[in-house]
Amino acid sequence: MSAVIDSHQGQAHSDHHHGPAKGLMRWVLTTNHKDIGTLYLWFSFAMFLLGGSMAMVIRAELFQPGLQIVQPEFFNQMTTMHGLIMVFGAVMPAFVGLANWMIPLMIGAPDMALPRMNNFSFWLLPAAFTLLVSTLFSEGGGPNFGWTFYAPLSTTYAPESVTFFIFAVHLMGISSIMGAINVIATILNLRAPGMTLMKMPLFVWTWLITAFLLIAVMPVLAGCVTMMLMDVHFGTSFFSAAGGGDPVLFQHVFWFFGHPEVYIMILPAFGAVSSIIPAFARKPLFGYTSMVYATASIAFLSFIVWAHHMFTVGIPLTGELFFMYATMLIAVPTGVKVFNWASTMWQGSMTFETPMLFSVAFVILFTIGGFSGLMLAIAPADFQYHDTYFVVAHFHYVLVPGAIFGIFASAYYWLPKWTGHMYDETLAKLHFWMSFIGMNLAFFPMHFVGLAGMPRRIPDYNMMFANFNMVSSIGAFMFGATQLLFLFIVIKCIRGGQPAAAKPWDGAEGLEWTVPSPAPYHTFQTPPDVK
Amino acid sequence: MNESLSTRRLVTRLLLVVVAMFAFGFALVPIYEVMCQAFGINGKTAGAYGGTQAVDEQRQVRVQFLATNAAGMSWEFRPQADEVTVHPGASTQMLFVAHNPTGQPMTAQAIPSVAPSKAAAYFHKTECFCFTQQVLQPGERIEMPVRFIVDRDLPADVQHLTLAYTLFDITARKPPVAQVSR
Ligand code: HEM
Ligand SMILES: [Cu+2]
Repeated sequence: MSAVIDSHQGQAHSDHHHGPAKGLMRWVLTTNHKDIGTLYLWFSFAMFLLGGSMAMVIRAELFQPGLQIVQPEFFNQMTTMHGLIMVFGAVMPAFVGLANWMIPLMIGAPDMALPRMNNFSFWLLPAAFTLLVSTLFSEGGGPNFGWTFYAPLSTTYAPESVTFFIFAVHLMGISSIMGAINVIATILNLRAPGMTLMKMPLFVWTWLITAFLLIAVMPVLAGCVTMMLMDVHFGTSFFSAAGGGDPVLFQHVFWFFGHPEVYIMILPAFGAVSSIIPAFARKPLFGYTSMVYATASIAFLSFIVWAHHMFTVGIPLTGELFFMYATMLIAVPTGVKVFNWASTMWQGSMTFETPMLFSVAFVILFTIGGFSGLMLAIAPADFQYHDTYFVVAHFHYVLVPGAIFGIFASAYYWLPKWTGHMYDETLAKLHFWMSFIGMNLAFFPMHFVGLAGMPRRIPDYNMMFANFNMVSSIGAFMFGATQLLFLFIVIKCIRGGQPAAAKPWDGAEGLEWTVPSPAPYHTFQTPPDVK
Repeated sequence: MNESLSTRRLVTRLLLVVVAMFAFGFALVPIYEVMCQAFGINGKTAGAYGGTQAVDEQRQVRVQFLATNAAGMSWEFRPQADEVTVHPGASTQMLFVAHNPTGQPMTAQAIPSVAPSKAAAYFHKTECFCFTQQVLQPGERIEMPVRFIVDRDLPADVQHLTLAYTLFDITARKPPVAQVSR
């Protein structure tokens, strides 16, 4: 089997055991899943810091009412770019990086199924983001229409640079689609003998489902920006009422992509946490099968709830009701998952190393985000909450302690496997607590100001929101600064530290722990035996 | 080797899904159009109505008129009366006045919308200036007719509806042909 996916298949067998090439070209030309995983993870972290600095600009401006630091035009570019970079540059590539590193190790495959395409998927991303970020330096400024780029803001009233934005989204889309195809092909075709579907670790399952979501909705996003491109340059009027189109259509197309997209950003985190909690509770995962079915139902339901983002645009009453109930239905499989994580911890012999801390925080805080989601799902109530800071609080509670904490938990859990060293547990715990406190300080008060009516995406606000906003900003600065500590911890762990055993966590399960730490450049050249 | 073949076949199928979903994104445009007209979503009205109806003398419906300029439109644009009371089934005409105060010839397109949106499907236009574009020379003023019938089947709880027009300046994007008949 290994001969098939190895790109050197024509060469002598001894070649299979060569190490990485030397120098820069190793990274440019690599087709090795571990190298590509590493590239994705570093790229994602760089984007996380870049998008994070933009958040710092936003929070600095909102530290006090009034305009202090930036002009409203630039403020809008910051919110837009922050959202785009975090979603497409930080969260999604981080999960693709984890998939590249871990899926072959977890299913006993020697590499990804399509190694060359894998290299290409990665290298599209730096191109896409160079294109996107370069718009900030263009004359009319960068995208300023929000990460949801509603027409006509993004068509009729868009800055010149919108064309760059459109092509950047095309490139990101192609990259994600190729990544997803690769994941599906790897999981379906390269599993070691005996690794049946229902024996796969949940991270592999959730990624399989995420990959199907990606190939279903990224093309719709590509279609959406293509229609924008045609409206802007070729005189069509898909989204322009003047020519017979409809701006509301834009929102339908966008959210048909957008809602599944939010699950693309959370399902892999569900999977990772489902491996980590059992390891530190020293109990097998409670309800494995129900986890698989819950993930699949969430993915299915995510296609029929998109208009909960559009309750206020004027949809018929039956539509409001349908989308309200369908949205609430998602809470059922999500609840099953939370129940299973809690039951896994119940009466376990738990220890709280950093991966576990992040995972437990994930369960608790993600649930808070789910509850605010349920509040927003109540159509009549959403008329008040929509476009306020309450929505900002909601999605940051599902994305920061959800997606981002899931990524941190995974990083700490697998760093010993990647680097061969244990990370500094004391510093890592500090990183956790600072992130935990910082993020709650930053985002919890947003619920209150949102309910009191503070609109989102504004650089200035009413005096009555001043105190909560100052707290939010302090929390955000704390969260932001702490991420430099994470960078330090990772570098320290790469350069040295206590050597890690093949299986550094005594409760951990899975094939990835059967190979030495650090994982050799080539693993599972002969497939392992899965009992 | 079998595996490699099946990987190729799998990838081909997945690529087909990708292409199909890209096409589906565009298919949402006509789907949306049909849904809007079927359910009167967004107050969208259908194209020219050909039928006639018997007049329902028993019932009266108030029809209000609104004229709004889209951002950047400089014409003067208003209905000749704010409101009329009509019998369902009867054909009624209203005139809208447009005046181009600028020094340039300009083209405009009016986009209609009916509120409440569930009434849109019961509001038939037999003739409307919104079916075509208006070209006005500098300083020119015209009166533009809309002739309509309120359907006899209009739900009983609707006693009052609004026909709103938004006027767009489409001088810059010639040829400004509406894709959808209205
Ligand atoms: C129980 C599960 C959830 C429910 C019921 C729910 C419900 C909602 C609703 C109704 C809105 C629209 C609010 C408005 O704009 O007025 C919303 C917005 C949002 N949700 Fe959720 N949600 C859930 C889970 C998630 C998850 C897991 C994520 C991401 C990981 C997420 C990310 C977002 C984002 C990013 C927005 C705002 C998009 C924007 O307007 O910029 N949600 N959610
Ligand atoms: Cu949603």
